[in-house]
Amino acid sequence: MSTVVEPATAASPARTRAARDASGAARLGVGSGLGLGMAVLWLSLLVLIPLAAVVARGFTGGWNGFWDNITDPSAVRALRLTVVSSLLVAAINAVMGTLLAWVLVRDPFPGRRLVDLIIDIPFALPTIVAGLVLLAVYGTDSPVGIHLLGTQRAIVLGLLFVTLPFAVRSVQPVLMALDTEVEQAAACLGASPFTIFRRVVLPLLLPAIASGATLAFARAMGEYGSVLLISGGLSRTKVSSMYAYQKIENFDFPAAAATATVLLAVSLLVIVGLDLLQRAAARRG
Amino acid sequence: MSIEVSSVGKRFGSFVALDDVDLTVADGRLTALLGPSGGGKSTLLRIIGGLEQPDSGTVRINGKDATRVPPQRRNVGFVFQHYAAFKHLTVYRNVAFGLEIRKRPKAEIRARVQELLALVHLEQFADRLPEQLSGGQRQRMALARALAVEPTVLLLDEPFGALDAQVRKELRDWLRRLHDEVHVTTIFVTHDQEEALEVADELVVINQGRIEQVGTPADVYDKPANDFVMGFLGPVTRLAGRLVRPHDLEILTSEAPDTTPAEVTGLQRIGFEVRLTLDAGAEQPWAQLTRGQAEDLRLAIGQHVWIRATR
Repeated sequence: MSTVVEPATAASPARTRAARDASGAARLGVGSGLGLGMAVLWLSLLVLIPLAAVVARGFTGGWNGFWDNITDPSAVRALRLTVVSSLLVAAINAVMGTLLAWVLVRDPFPGRRLVDLIIDIPFALPTIVAGLVLLAVYGTDSPVGIHLLGTQRAIVLGLLFVTLPFAVRSVQPVLMALDTEVEQAAACLGASPFTIFRRVVLPLLLPAIASGATLAFARAMGEYGSVLLISGGLSRTKVSSMYAYQKIENFDFPAAAATATVLLAVSLLVIVGLDLLQRAAARRG
Repeated sequence: MSIEVSSVGKRFGSFVALDDVDLTVADGRLTALLGPSGGGKSTLLRIIGGLEQPDSGTVRINGKDATRVPPQRRNVGFVFQHYAAFKHLTVYRNVAFGLEIRKRPKAEIRARVQELLALVHLEQFADRLPEQLSGGQRQRMALARALAVEPTVLLLDEPFGALDAQVRKELRDWLRRLHDEVHVTTIFVTHDQEEALEVADELVVINQGRIEQVGTPADVYDKPANDFVMGFLGPVTRLAGRLVRPHDLEILTSEAPDTTPAEVTGLQRIGFEVRLTLDAGAEQPWAQLTRGQAEDLRLAIGQHVWIRATR
């Protein structure tokens, strides 16, 4: 029937976005010019200039010096441990964080508010205290009989501890906003609870899970305090941040800066990569 | 297929949503559950669809006890007020969802989805995402999605409640015609009496967890079982201690048997309708006349008339 042809509202958001972009390209007013100037200055002083300084420091010995520093076997070993542990932590967080968020949002149980509070503790705790906590439980005098001091598993555990809130807090609000009628609609169409989760809920949560995992990864890449004590000071448990610190203690600034530059590059790569993936996913729907 | 609900009860805490409800819906009919908000009509629909479990009683679909059957195996189509669209899937994939779950061959799915999209006039929107559709289009997509699996029963929960008046009216006509084409047993919930009277084959009036009356729209309108049904289905006024429809009041300019004398206190013209407010001493009834009737009677404020109910 021809009477039910409403104007497609689809075009309008795209149109307003285009209009906004166009006006953004136009000359700025005094107020917004000042605002933008302040923002760029602040960002430069706080973030860009120090970052540039570190990168510059890393290249004091030229490209060859930089290359020698980052291909040093112990630097490579530290970097491999850092990246592999961080990826592992991001992956575990993506699963367990989603599970925790699910339980908190969907299964109201007594003490839920308390659990909700506990999740933030690793975030609020000074990381060295987190390290002490881990050492107390999994150290040499482990009350539970699990000795992880000086193992790579201890590193992963420490990173998991401090990054726990990221995935949970990313997924939780999205899950809360999810319309349960969508799941009921899928159920009426014959989808089993597992299929509903996989085909209806998960695709809607995926961007939030990815951003939570990215945050956890970024945090894990630079973590120092929480893994320092439990690492036992061994070379096989030395993460890149510890490696850099050790180089500074030995007054080898270029080597420390070179490590920092690599960490920076990896983090940037992951963040940009995930952002691109998310954009692609958003376009595809 | 027929639906039999027997002595179904449902409470939410201390609130009684349904109180010992019995209802039989005949095969192939378009039935409206009509009643005020919070009266239990949506709960009843959700119990029939398996989205809610009754505390007591049974639901039989097509002769088989379905009370404890999960929604996945009831083969009902359910349409929600707020569309419940799969936002991450295109219109095509939304409609195909139930068929993909049933693992039907690709070619069959394609043919069926095309046919349904044609039925709901969304062929050219197959590759759009739900958010790129208007409310009316989304609801038609939801209908196509529900119909795709060839449900034995189609259940619609305030399907036009979120739409504006114009689209609402169009979709309601369209649902009526769709039902005449598809003939699937359909139950829809509404609190809009005009919508129910216009679309349904049969009305079920529900209030405070109980069924007040079941019947054809004409029956329920003309022979309401009680004052609640009478008041809910259309305008009412009181004459000689009885509820009557204001358009069933006859106005006479001279005395006649069984009439009540009254004075005209107000005349209001609303389009083709004239509203007459009257003072009959103990009561102040109002009457609905057509423009023509009012002109013939040459009514004026302060005039003395005699009124009686024709029904």
